[in-house]
Amino acid sequence: MLEIKNLHVDLEEEDKTILKGVNLTVEAGKVHAIMGPNGSGKSTLSYVLSGRDGYKVTQGSATLSGVDLLDMEPEERAAAGLFLAFQYPVEIPGVGNMTFLRTAVNAQRKARGEDEMSAADFLKLVREKAKTLQIDAEMLKRPVNVGFSGGEKKRNEILQMAMLEPKMCILDETDSGLDVDAMKLVADGVNALRDPGRGFLVITHYQRLLDHIKPDVVHIMSDGRIIKTGGPDLALEVEQNGYADILSEGV
Amino acid sequence: MAAPQAKQDVVEARLSALTLPEGGKWITTAREAALRRLRTLGLPDRRDEYWKFTRPDTLVQANAPEAALLQGAEEPEGFDAVNRLKLVFVDGVFDPKASDDLALDGVRIERLSEAAKTDIHWARDLYGVLEERGQSPVPRSLAAFNTAFASDGMLIHVTGRPSKAINLIYIHKSKTSDAVLHHVIKLETGAELTILESGPAAARLNKVMEVEIADEATFHHICTQGRDHERRAVTHLFARLAAQSTFKSFTMTANGKMTRNECVIELTGDDAVAHVAGAAMGDGDFHQDDTVFVTHDALRCESRQVFKKVLRKGATGVFQGKILVKPGAQKTDGYQISQALLLDEDSQFLAKPELEIYADDVACSHGSTSGAIDEDALYYLRARGIPKSLATDLLTLSFLAEAVEEIEDETLREEINGQLAGWLERRRR
Repeated sequence: MLEIKNLHVDLEEEDKTILKGVNLTVEAGKVHAIMGPNGSGKSTLSYVLSGRDGYKVTQGSATLSGVDLLDMEPEERAAAGLFLAFQYPVEIPGVGNMTFLRTAVNAQRKARGEDEMSAADFLKLVREKAKTLQIDAEMLKRPVNVGFSGGEKKRNEILQMAMLEPKMCILDETDSGLDVDAMKLVADGVNALRDPGRGFLVITHYQRLLDHIKPDVVHIMSDGRIIKTGGPDLALEVEQNGYADILSEGV
Repeated sequence: MAAPQAKQDVVEARLSALTLPEGGKWITTAREAALRRLRTLGLPDRRDEYWKFTRPDTLVQANAPEAALLQGAEEPEGFDAVNRLKLVFVDGVFDPKASDDLALDGVRIERLSEAAKTDIHWARDLYGVLEERGQSPVPRSLAAFNTAFASDGMLIHVTGRPSKAINLIYIHKSKTSDAVLHHVIKLETGAELTILESGPAAARLNKVMEVEIADEATFHHICTQGRDHERRAVTHLFARLAAQSTFKSFTMTANGKMTRNECVIELTGDDAVAHVAGAAMGDGDFHQDDTVFVTHDALRCESRQVFKKVLRKGATGVFQGKILVKPGAQKTDGYQISQALLLDEDSQFLAKPELEIYADDVACSHGSTSGAIDEDALYYLRARGIPKSLATDLLTLSFLAEAVEEIEDETLREEINGQLAGWLERRRR
């Protein structure tokens, strides 16, 4: 599904190399987790994959179902099935959450040559999905993320994911700023989307999110590379011993 | 103090071909007084501080510069979903045939040209009166010009809470029309009225609206100025508020070569509330100026000024906004924000926010910014599959939202949002 090969990325403005040869393959139906200390390049990887400005790919490739991601505009990547749940969802005053969701759903459908969803069908679907995430009608009406609590913002990200039904979901530190209950709610939302045709890449600092979203594969990232790959146990090892041991053996 | 000789010469030259319209005693008195004011003040020119950012030449000159009509627009876009009484003006002249009857519960509506024939009229106490009060501390001589020479307009006396809004519809048919309209609105104690205005009006429009709001009365005003690209307009909205009264005005300016909207508000009764807002969008040689003067002269009054401008391809936006808090106007709550979204590097926003405060227990804040589209928000929308152009439009509407939200009525708010979205959409094609 998602195939990243020898990806090297520089920061455009600072002439600084962040990713130094990332290799990673996420298969359909699998959940991969990336863990790693601050500054290891985890978030950069998610930004580069989704097409944020300010990064320069100097080497390597990233494809989604065989299609070159790096050549596409962010909206094209989204329409191709890539979804990034933001670590810091952006507040957009004056644009209703519903309007935003519907615009996004229909823009993607249009890009794929599909018919737009009718207002009635959309409303029905969004209500159903929102309910399982405990998002009420009021929250759907409010401007996108404005005045939302940390937990509400993250739930809103998962709602977008549920509505857009992407092939490949990247979750960038979705657990940050969440209390235990909120984390469980978000994890349930993610788990409900697990599907043989869908891949997940979960970026996190901590093992606790992985208690709720059980990964198939865990990668440890450090200094712009993946230095170790293992099963779910690897996450537990990090939790108990920190990154120091792994980092020293990785060198 | 009389204007300098050069200014007087300009005024005399401008007046030489004009004669005051005929009328009964009350209006002739008002017009003659306005003419004297005009001669004393002189017409604005580019050396005047108050016209530093906007060249008044084309608003002052004898003939209206030609303005092409907007193709494909029979009637100005407008408030179809709203229950309203339609009063239609064509090139600044009332058209009774195209209008509804001047009958509405709780309101008396008269055409200025009819009322002007009488010798005594209630409007005597207001016509040109608020305009005259508004001439100090800053002269607004184009408004005095209006008082002297306007021959059409509506006199609206509100004693109740009418079931409909009044929509003044301004149709532009002649490429050289030069309209001078003067409306007077008086709201009695506890009365409530919504005035809608829509359309370009003429090649050049000089419009004055004087609004007197008695205790506990409420006035809502929504104006859309018409999309004709070459039209020009200078408008003055004078309002005087008594105790616990409410004034809410919103103006949308999309297109037009030259627009100067002045709003002069006096809060003279305790606990009165005045909000004035504007959303402007234009490109190319669009020049739009909002000049606002709010005077707090009573206790615990609230005023808000919210102005947003979207400027493209070399367009210019101007904001001059002042809050004057007079001695004794304690517990004043004044707020003023003016912001421009510059969609390219050729456009400019010129702002002069001012506070002048002579009371020691007040809260007044002001802010003015200009900036580009927020890149983080743009990326966020695009990452959800929304194409860049559409995402930019959404963020533009988002930028305008604070001004549009000043409109209380949801139907009207949606109407305006629809018009703003339409303007953006036409530019995406």
